[in-house]
Amino acid sequence: MSCALPAFAASSAAEPAPPFAVLMELTHRCPLRCPYCSNPVALDSASAELDTATWKRVLDEAADVGALQVHFSGGEPCVRKDLEELIAHATEIGLYSNLITSAVLLDRPRLERLQRAGLQHVQISLQDAEATGADRVGGFKGGHAKKLEVARAVVRQGMALTINAVLHRHNIDRVNDVIDLAMDLGAGRIEIANVQYYGWALANRAALMPSREQLLAMDAAVRGRLPELAGRIVVDYVVPDYYARRPKSCMGGWARRFMNVTPRGRVLPCHAAETIPGMTFETVHDRSLSDIWRDGPAFARYRGTDWMPEPCQSCDHKEEDWGGCRCQALALAGSADATDPVCELSPAHAEVAVLRDRDAAALGTEWTYRGL
Amino acid sequence: MNAIPPHIAETDRLRLAPGVMLRNDRRRGQWMLMGPERLLVLDEMALAVMRACVGPEVADVAAGIDRLTVEYDAPRTEVAADVLEMLTDLRNKGYVVT
Repeated sequence: MSCALPAFAASSAAEPAPPFAVLMELTHRCPLRCPYCSNPVALDSASAELDTATWKRVLDEAADVGALQVHFSGGEPCVRKDLEELIAHATEIGLYSNLITSAVLLDRPRLERLQRAGLQHVQISLQDAEATGADRVGGFKGGHAKKLEVARAVVRQGMALTINAVLHRHNIDRVNDVIDLAMDLGAGRIEIANVQYYGWALANRAALMPSREQLLAMDAAVRGRLPELAGRIVVDYVVPDYYARRPKSCMGGWARRFMNVTPRGRVLPCHAAETIPGMTFETVHDRSLSDIWRDGPAFARYRGTDWMPEPCQSCDHKEEDWGGCRCQALALAGSADATDPVCELSPAHAEVAVLRDRDAAALGTEWTYRGL
Repeated sequence: MNAIPPHIAETDRLRLAPGVMLRNDRRRGQWMLMGPERLLVLDEMALAVMRACVGPEVADVAAGIDRLTVEYDAPRTEVAADVLEMLTDLRNKGYVVT
C-alpha cells in the first residue's frame, strides 16, 4: 500500500502532476478575530467576493485539473448563504468536500442540510481547552461553548470531525487538555498546529511566540501521548517552524499538491504568496485552473528544484522538503529565492533564533485582533 | 504509559470510518480510500482485502479471510496474518473502525 498523499505521477515532462486539492477561500468575513489568522492583513471586502455561479465554475475547473478534494474555507465559509449549493455542486461532480470552520454560525438544522448536500467532513477550530482563554483569543463571546455543541452534533450525525487546535504562547501549556477535549468530543482527527507566522500571525508574532521551555514541554507531552492515541484518533502534529533545524515541506512543495483561490478569485500557489514581490497572479477570470496550474508564472516560479540556490541544490533532502517555505524565506531572510532560514544549513539561520528569542521574551505584548 | 493499539482480530466487524469513501479515480487509474484531508492509494491486494473484510454486508473479518483464502488459493494462516496486519494499519490510519 502507498502512504497518504502520494505525489501522482506526471503524465509527461511538460505536464505537472495534478493537484490533490483546491483550497477555496469563499470569503474573508468572519465573526471571530483570532490574532493568529493566516489570512492576509489586507482582507478582501465582502463586495469583492466571487458570486455563486463563478464558484461553481471554479469547482468544475478543480475537477477538470484533476483535484480530488476541495476545502471550503475563508474567513468563515458559513457566512455564505450559498454554501449548501456549492457543496451540492462539488458532490455532484465527484469532489470530496472538507468544511473548515469556526462552527459558531452552525446549528443542527444547517448541519443536516449540509450533510444532505453531500458534506462528510467538518474541521472545527478550538482556540483553547476552556472558554475563558478561548473566547479571549477568538474575540467572540460564547464561541467556545458553541463550538463544542456543534462538534458533538457533527459526530452524532455520522460525519467526520477534525479538531484544529492552533497553539501559541497563551494556550500551549494546555495541550494535554486540548487533546483530552478532542477525544471527549469524539473527533476522528486532531491537528495540533503550532502557529505558523503568515498574515495576521506574522504581524502578531511578538504576542504569540512561545518560549523554548514551553515548546519543549509541549513537544514532550504530545510525543508522550502518541502511542496511547494511536488507533483512537489520527494526529497531525505541526511542529513550530522557528525552533526547527530543518524546514517543513511547505504545502507539500510549491505548486505540487495544492492551489488556493482567494475570495476575489486570485489563484495562488499558497495563501501567503501575495507577499512575494514581483510575482504575477492570475485570477479565475483570466484563464482556467488547468491552464494556471500548468504554466501560470506564479506556479512555475518555484515548482520543482531547478530554482534552488545552494546549499539546497546539492542537498539530499531537496525532494523531501522541496526547499521549505518561500514566504518564510522572504519574511526572515528578505528574499523568496533564498534558502529557508529555518534550515540550519542556511547562512541566515542564526538570525531566526535571534528574532524568535526576542519575540518569545516580549511577554505582555498585546495582539491586534483580526478585522477589516 | 506506552500502550500499543490492539491488533484487529478475526471476530471484529469493520466498517469505513465516518467521512471515508472507497473511490475509483479513473483519471489516474487508481482505487483509493478518500478521507478527511487525506487519501490512501490502494493496490490490488489492499482493494481485495477492503472488499472482502470491510462493510455492513461482511459478517466479520474471519468471513473475509475465508473468502480471500479461496480467491488467492493460499494457506489460511498466511492470508490471515497478512490481512490482520493490513487491517490494523488501516484502522490506525483512521480509514476503518470496529
